[in-house]
Amino acid sequence: MTQLFGVPIQALLGQLLLGLVNGSFYAVLSLGLAVIFGLLNIINFTHGALYMLGAFIAWMGLQYLGLNYWIMLFVAPVIVGLFGIVLERLLLRRLYKLDPLYGLLLTFGLTLLIEGLFRSFYGVSGQPYSTPALLRGGVNLGFMFLPIYRAWVVVASILACLLTWFIIEKTRLGALLRAGTENPKLVEAFGVNVPLMISLTFGFGVGLAGFAGVLAAPILQVSPLMGSNLIIVVFAVVVIGGMGSILGSIVTGLGLGIIEGFTKVFWPEASSTVVFIIMVIVLLTRPAGLFGKES
Amino acid sequence: MKLRTLSVALAAAGLGFGLSAQAAGISDDVIRIGFIADMSGVYADIDGNAGADAIRMAIADMGGEINGKKIELLTADHQNKADIASARAREWFDQQHLDMLIGGTNSATALAMAAVAAEKKKPFMVVGAGSSALTNAQCTPYTVHYAYNTVALANGTGSAVVREGGKSWFYLTADYAFGHSLEQDTMKVVEKSGGKNLGAVRAPLATTDFSSFLLQAQSSGAEVLGLANAGGDFINSVKAAKEFGITNTMKLAGLLVFINDVHALGLENTTGLYLTTAWYWNQDDASRAWSKRFFEKHDRAPSFLQAGDYSAAKTYLEAVKAIGTDDGDAIMKQLKSVTVNDMFIKNGHIRKDGLMMHDMYLAQVKKPDQSKAAWDYYNIVRTLPAESVFGAESTSTCALK
Amino acid sequence: MNRQLIAYLAALILLAALPALGGYPIFIMKVMCYALFACAFNLLLGYTGLLSFGHAAFLGLAAYACGQSLTVWGWPTLGGLLFGTAAAGVLGLVFGLLSIRRSGIYFAMITLALAQMQFFYFLQAPFTGGEDGLQGIPRGSILGLDLSQDINLYYVVLLIFVLGYALIWRTVHSPFGQVLKAIRENEPRMVSLGYDVDRFKLLAFVLSATLAGLAGATKSLVFVSATLSDATWQMSGTVILMTLIGGMGTLTGPVLGAIIVVALENKVGEFGRFLMQQTGIEWFRVLGESVTIVIGLIFIVCVLAFRRGIIGEWLAWRQKTG
Repeated sequence: MTQLFGVPIQALLGQLLLGLVNGSFYAVLSLGLAVIFGLLNIINFTHGALYMLGAFIAWMGLQYLGLNYWIMLFVAPVIVGLFGIVLERLLLRRLYKLDPLYGLLLTFGLTLLIEGLFRSFYGVSGQPYSTPALLRGGVNLGFMFLPIYRAWVVVASILACLLTWFIIEKTRLGALLRAGTENPKLVEAFGVNVPLMISLTFGFGVGLAGFAGVLAAPILQVSPLMGSNLIIVVFAVVVIGGMGSILGSIVTGLGLGIIEGFTKVFWPEASSTVVFIIMVIVLLTRPAGLFGKES
Repeated sequence: MKLRTLSVALAAAGLGFGLSAQAAGISDDVIRIGFIADMSGVYADIDGNAGADAIRMAIADMGGEINGKKIELLTADHQNKADIASARAREWFDQQHLDMLIGGTNSATALAMAAVAAEKKKPFMVVGAGSSALTNAQCTPYTVHYAYNTVALANGTGSAVVREGGKSWFYLTADYAFGHSLEQDTMKVVEKSGGKNLGAVRAPLATTDFSSFLLQAQSSGAEVLGLANAGGDFINSVKAAKEFGITNTMKLAGLLVFINDVHALGLENTTGLYLTTAWYWNQDDASRAWSKRFFEKHDRAPSFLQAGDYSAAKTYLEAVKAIGTDDGDAIMKQLKSVTVNDMFIKNGHIRKDGLMMHDMYLAQVKKPDQSKAAWDYYNIVRTLPAESVFGAESTSTCALK
Repeated sequence: MNRQLIAYLAALILLAALPALGGYPIFIMKVMCYALFACAFNLLLGYTGLLSFGHAAFLGLAAYACGQSLTVWGWPTLGGLLFGTAAAGVLGLVFGLLSIRRSGIYFAMITLALAQMQFFYFLQAPFTGGEDGLQGIPRGSILGLDLSQDINLYYVVLLIFVLGYALIWRTVHSPFGQVLKAIRENEPRMVSLGYDVDRFKLLAFVLSATLAGLAGATKSLVFVSATLSDATWQMSGTVILMTLIGGMGTLTGPVLGAIIVVALENKVGEFGRFLMQQTGIEWFRVLGESVTIVIGLIFIVCVLAFRRGIIGEWLAWRQKTG
């Protein structure tokens, strides 16, 4: 067995690959957060709870209505997106004139509420959700046995990220969006319904979270707590990448997953903290993040 | 002015809370049993609320009262947090005049509760938790370790698997008192039986994604993957092991397995698995009869923990009946002087260090075609006599023996 | 000024008499510890305008440090308390130096990140016992007073609370406190007036952390344990809530907030069961068991409608009508 720095190559590659899978989740989730913050200046703490909601809706769809994974992959994000729009209209809209920290506190309270509700109904152990039949089984790569589903997660996430990036950076809709947040009055003067655009953007951002939730359901089991530990890491990713930068969060998310995998091999105890260490370093040296713009 | 009004408000609030505690009821004419367990987390199914119901069955079987004094049950969810468990136990002892505490799953919480019970000089029966520390380094005159412990599991399952040919072991351990205890005790047994321990990896309690830990286990090259965890953690690690093809190269050894786990995983995934159990619902007529009552209420077979909750409560209540008082010291003396025989325990007696010595059983999970009825999952391979599986009293490091 | 003093004295006498009136000492001590924690936090948020999302790190470190020194090193109780408090102060200095450079949301994020790192360290470090926690901390004695008696500890905790509160009161009403308030109102102006704003913020941060540590060390004595719950981000969120409900930037607000939140945590279960028994709707029992839901609701309501907190709103109302 060949070794790299005293560690078998097999182990290293295996953990890196697993890290890539985790990184995909980080990328999709931080993408949603970055979209919301970058375009709307809202700090959305509920992102983790909505990710959990997406997973639960997928589970409920299967459990109560017999709807399979593939259907829920499209339905769940839409439901979560709609729920997000309701939240934005009802609650967040009132806070736009205030310090953005109030938005953080409100969404923090919302997170507690949503997670608490699910916790009291479903306990914390998690509901099992089986891998869709088409994606079962795995491939023996030599250095590890890779379940097909995990490979699918990477592919699906990257597709979602690319699609989002394309829409925002390369289409007219995206341009309108970016203009609308920089100068809402002017864009409104052109006859564009800016508040509607904001609501839809928020809905899209959290829809991405719901999408990630459905992807996660077969891997992580569906538990009310699945979002709360992830959300802090995702925040860190967004801050590192640059709070408004779409590309930044995608690259940072994937990169972080890989770095974590690497750390698990050489210094397992630090694997949970490495993201924060990086975040502190980045904030001190490049405060706007790796890809962000100084405002 | 504003501050005076404010402090009056504060005072009223404080008074309100203070006095309402008073009104909760001071009465020593009630025998109060408390049950603190994991009611919503990874161990909710193997003990949890159904365990509380088992205790209620024991209370009902005693007629609901002893010598005119009513029997009451208090329950709480410790959410696998030692501070919640000990704060609640303390509050019950101080404010609700709790007479006896029964501990559900999670060894860390059991250890914390044992300290509180010892401070308050009241009996504490540990049913759900398994850490051998409860009757060794952290024993107290008031702790009774009732159902099972990690030494017994290690001796039973560990030696059985080594004898089958699993000589080199790697452990996936739940990172808290129970997991460490089980890992250490099994390592000792494996070495004594001529096997080798190649290492261990520790996963936080309630981990859902075991993939990176399993990968480490696989790269160790061991023949056996010892799962030093339980409940939901056990189920998730077995599923992941299958998903990642670990089961093609390593034999899985579940060190603490409950019938609920076998049910959740299905016989196809667990056939041939060896496990050590304190009791099996289908082991004799008395057990079957009791299990039928449980099944009617909960639509599933009882785990040995739930049967243990019933037995522990009943044994305590019988002791109260025998000596006519619920004084802590008198009860402990009585408990350590009798032999216990019921559907859960055969020829059991409580040692000076608090360990309930009773026979355990080595079981093996049936093949799917061998199972004749719902929940008919085990073949009892052999009875493990108490002394052989728990060890002699001389091996205990408790200062009380 | 005199009226204030009389009011405080009256409150003090009442607190001292509560156990005799039937109050459960452990519960009241818990409230006092959390009240001190919230007051310390408020020094940073309400008076300096800095939202730290990682204050639990100081609570937790002090609890573990105190516990370790008493249980493992066998130090006298007073020494353990001082050690825990000092440890939190040092951590405050380190965290402060790293976070003060940024402000607003970035400040909050850095404090959150640092606190998470601290949490994961606690999770791994053998001395904390991880999930098991540090149990069985010996309360020992102070000046011959045996603290294993709840009632004795009660008066010691009361004294600690009073001293801590008095220190905060003194700080707020001092020139230093005025500068902090001015920084909260208009930082650029203070910079242009020549104040070393960063140094003032750092001082406030360290003071806040130290007092939070005092609360943590004291709490570890009350519950004779130090566990991971003390250092979670949920705990950081709880202290923010206490301050928000009670009233940021008021002295008594955080105390009231602490009373409300701690009482909620204790009584919500009972209230839910009561509702269930009255109405026969099983779901109320479930609601009752979920403190998180209630706390979440209160957070939302406070941020939307009640930003000044109870005391804040009350003071504003008095000003309008008085």
